[in-house]
Amino acid sequence: MNVINIKNISKTYVMGTEEVHALQNVSLQIERGEYVAIMGPSGSGKSTLMNIVGCLDTPTTGLYEFNGVNVSDMNDNELAKIRNKEIGFVFQTFNLIPRSNALHNVELPLIYGGVPATERRRLAEEALQHVQLADRMHHKPNELSGGQRQRVAVARALVTKPSIILADEPTGNLDTKTGDEIMALFEELYNQGNTIILVTHEESVAEHAHRIIRIRDGAVERDEVIKKDGAVKTAASL
Amino acid sequence: MRISDFIYEIKEGMAISFQAIRANKMRSVLTTLGIVIGIVSVTLMGTAIEGLSRGFNDSISKLGADVLYVQKWPWFAGGDWWKYRNRKDIKMAEYKAIDRQAALIQAATPASGTIRTVKYQDNSSSGVFIIGSNEKYLEIGGSSMDIGRFFSQAEADGGRPVCVIGSEIATNLFPHTSPLGKNLKVGNFTFRVVGVMAKQGSFLGMFSLDNRVVIPMQAFLQRFGTRHGIEIDVKAKDIKQLDDTKEELRGILRKVRHVAPGAEDDFAINQQEMFIQTFNAIGLVVAGIGLFITALSLFVGSIGIMNIMFVSVTERTKEIGIRKAIGARRGTILLQFLIEAASLSLIGGLIGIIISYPLSLLLNQILPTSMPISVVAISIVISLIVGVISGFLPANRASKMDPVDALRYE
Repeated sequence: MNVINIKNISKTYVMGTEEVHALQNVSLQIERGEYVAIMGPSGSGKSTLMNIVGCLDTPTTGLYEFNGVNVSDMNDNELAKIRNKEIGFVFQTFNLIPRSNALHNVELPLIYGGVPATERRRLAEEALQHVQLADRMHHKPNELSGGQRQRVAVARALVTKPSIILADEPTGNLDTKTGDEIMALFEELYNQGNTIILVTHEESVAEHAHRIIRIRDGAVERDEVIKKDGAVKTAASL
Repeated sequence: MRISDFIYEIKEGMAISFQAIRANKMRSVLTTLGIVIGIVSVTLMGTAIEGLSRGFNDSISKLGADVLYVQKWPWFAGGDWWKYRNRKDIKMAEYKAIDRQAALIQAATPASGTIRTVKYQDNSSSGVFIIGSNEKYLEIGGSSMDIGRFFSQAEADGGRPVCVIGSEIATNLFPHTSPLGKNLKVGNFTFRVVGVMAKQGSFLGMFSLDNRVVIPMQAFLQRFGTRHGIEIDVKAKDIKQLDDTKEELRGILRKVRHVAPGAEDDFAINQQEMFIQTFNAIGLVVAGIGLFITALSLFVGSIGIMNIMFVSVTERTKEIGIRKAIGARRGTILLQFLIEAASLSLIGGLIGIIISYPLSLLLNQILPTSMPISVVAISIVISLIVGVISGFLPANRASKMDPVDALRYE
C-alpha cells in the first residue's frame, strides 16, 4: 500500500513580478516500509518537494494523497494534525527547543497530540532508550554533542510512531563518524519496519537508501531501486 | 479540541512563558513598568476612595443613621436663601408636640448650640461648642460616657447648672485632676461637671466632636438664649420605618405651625442620606479622575508589552517553526504567546501591588483606610486582561507564521 501518492504536482512561487516553477508535474509513489532517498543539487526543487511531502506546504496544483487521504487542499490546522501524528521530522540543524531538556523535547509532539502525562513520559523515555540516550534525558541540547542532539531529534520523530520519518540532510552538520552512526540508526529503524524518506545532496548518504529519486530542475530525473547487493534497477523496469 | 488537550497546552504554554521570562529577566521587568504604574494607580485610587467613604461613614455614623433633624434650613438645597431665612423659627413648642404625639420615635431632644470660651482656674479653651439638650442626648447621638454620668431628666427639666464635657475639654482644662464635681466657667456662667463623654474623634477630619460642653436645654435657653430658635433631633424606633417616621413628624409639625393645607412645608426634616448623596457625587468625581489616570498608564503599559512581545515573537521565529513542524496548531501558538503576555502583565500587576501596599499605609495617615482585598483582586484581573489584549497582535502574528519560512529563519 502506498503511504505517499503524488500525482502531477506543481509548485509555483511568485517572486516580485516573476513566477518561479519550483516543481513541475512531479509524480511519485512511496510504499509503506520503503527506505527512499530524494537527491538533487541545491535549487533542484528537492526542498520544495520535501516540504510538500512533509505537509509543511501544499502544492499549487496536483494531487497529494497521504495514506489514501487527500491532503493537497487541507488547511493549516489539518496539516498540523497530519504532521503531528503521521510524520517524524529529522532536520539538518537538529531543531530542538534550546531551553527544554531532551525528555521534554521528545515529549513535545505528544503534548500537541494530547497524550496524557504519564503515558507521554513513558513513550518519550522509551524513544530515548531506543536511541541509547536514556542517561541523557535531563540534559539540555547545549549540554549534548551534535550526534546526541540528532539522536534526540530522531527519538522525537519516532515517539508518535509516525507513518514516515522524513530526514532532511540528517548528517549535514555532523562529522563523518557521527554521521555514520546516525545512518546506522536509520538502517536499524528501517529494519524495524519504519518508512524512511531521506533528503540529501550527498551521494554517499543517499546510497544508504534502497531507492533513490533524483530531482533536477523541478522534475523527477531518475527513480531507481538499489538492490542490497548494489545492483541498480530503474523503477520503471520493475 | 478536547478539554484535556487544552489543559496540556495551557500547562505547556505556562512552562514556556516561565522559561522565556526567566531567560530575559531584566527586559521583562522593564517591560512591565507601565503596568506597575497602572496597577499602583488602581490600587491607591481604590484605597483612597475606600478611605474617603469609610471616613465619611465613620463620621456619619457618629451622627446616627436613624436620626432626623428638624430644622429651619434644609442641608443641601441651595436656591432661594430668603425663602428659608424668612421661615418661622422652631421653638420648644414643636419639640413638646413631637415628644408628646409621635408614636414612631424612640426619643427626641431639643438642641441648640453656640460657641463660648470655657475656663477652669487658669486653664481656658476658646471656640468650644456649647450644646443645649436634654437627658436623651446620649441615646440619640450614639455617644457614651467615659467617667461620671449624664445629667438626669430632673436636672434637664429644672435647667440645673450642670454640664457634661467632651474628652478634649477634660484633657485641656483638667490635665492633673478629675473634672468631676468641679465648677466650670462657660462664658460668664458656672456649671458643675457631672461627667465626661468618651472620645469620639473628628467629623471627616474637619472639626473635633470632643471639644464640646453639653448643658440642659432650659439652662441653655435662660443663659445663652438666642433669637434663632432651636432644632429638634429625633431618633426613629426602627430605621426601616424612617420614611414613615418622617411623615409622622411632618404631620405634627404642620399642625403645630399652622401650615395651610396644600402649602409648602415651612421647615426641613434633614437626614444623613442627603450627606451621603452629596458625598457620593464627590466620590464619583474622584473615581473618574482616578480612572482616567489609571487607564492612561495601563494603555502605556499595554503598548510596552505589545512591543516586547513582537520582539519575542521575532526572536523565536525558528522555535515557532519547529513547534509547528511537530504539530502545534495555530491556536496552540496563539495560546502560548497570550499566556506569556498575560504572565508578563501579571508580574507587573503583582509588583504594583507590592509597591502600593506600603504607600497605602502612608495614605492611612491621612484617611482611615487599608488596601481592600477587592482592589487587589481587581488589579490582578485587570493586569491579566491587559496582558491578553496587548499580547493578541504579536501572538496572532506568531500563530499565522508559515512553518517553512519560520524553519528557514536564522
